[in-house]
Amino acid sequence: MSDQRIDIEEIGEVTVARFLDKKILDEANIDKIGSELFGLVEQDGRKNIILDFSLVEYLSSAALGKLITMHKKVAHAGGTCALCNIQKDILDVFKITQLHKVLTLCTDLDDALGKF
Amino acid sequence: MSDPSVLSVQIPSDTSEGLVVQEQIISLMEQHEYSMRDVFAMRLSLEEAITNAIRHGNRGDRDKQVTINATVSDEKLRVEVEDEGEGFDPDDVPDPTSAEFIERPSGRGLMLMRAYLNFVEYSNGGRRITMERERNSELPIIEDD
Repeated sequence: MSDQRIDIEEIGEVTVARFLDKKILDEANIDKIGSELFGLVEQDGRKNIILDFSLVEYLSSAALGKLITMHKKVAHAGGTCALCNIQKDILDVFKITQLHKVLTLCTDLDDALGKF
Repeated sequence: MSDPSVLSVQIPSDTSEGLVVQEQIISLMEQHEYSMRDVFAMRLSLEEAITNAIRHGNRGDRDKQVTINATVSDEKLRVEVEDEGEGFDPDDVPDPTSAEFIERPSGRGLMLMRAYLNFVEYSNGGRRITMERERNSELPIIEDD
C-alpha cells in the first residue's frame, strides 16, 4: 500500500497535487507532505502547481508553515502555486492568519487553472 | 443536561500521544453533542497547545511530561495543558501577520488559539495554558477584505 500523501495529476503544463488526508495535523504526516511538495519543485523541476484541498477538513499551523515554504520555493523557481477547493473552515484559518493575502487562493480547479 | 466529563492524563513528549488525547477530548465533545464548528475550533486549538508544549516547552524531551486536564460540560470546554520546560513570555511572540513575519513558516499557533477560544491564559511562567470555548461560540470573527 502506497503511503503517498498527495496524488499528482498533469493538466497540460500544470501539475495538480491533491492532498489525500482529511486531517493535516500530526507532525510526521506534515513533514512527509512537505517533502512530497518540495520534491515537485526541487527534484522534478515543476513550476506551475495547483494544490487541491477538496478532501481536507483540518489543518494546523505547522501545515500552514509548509504551504508558505512551498509558495516561496515555487516563486523562487519563477513559477506559480495556486490553492483551490478550500473548505469554509479552512478558509477561515487562512483569513485569520492573513495568509489569503500572501498565497494565491482560488475557488475551484477551473479558477486555479485560469491563473496559468 | 448531563454531568460534566473530566479527563486527566500525563503523556510523554510525543506528538502521536498528543493526537490520542485530542481524540479522547473530541469524543467527549461528541458525547455532549457539540457542533462540528465547535469541534473544528477545539481540534485546532488542542493541536496547537499540545504541539507547543511538546516541541517548544519540553523540546521533545521524552523524559518530560505534558499534563492535560479537560472538563467538558454542556455549556463549555475548559482544557489546561502544562509542560515541564523553561516557560516563555507570550508577549514576546511576534505578530505573525506583520509584514516582517507574514512569510515565516512558524509562529501562528497562539494567534489561532486566540481567534477560536473565548478564553486563553498562560500561567506558571508560560508552562501552562488554560483554554475555554463556550458551546456554539460565534468565534472566530472573520473580517472579510
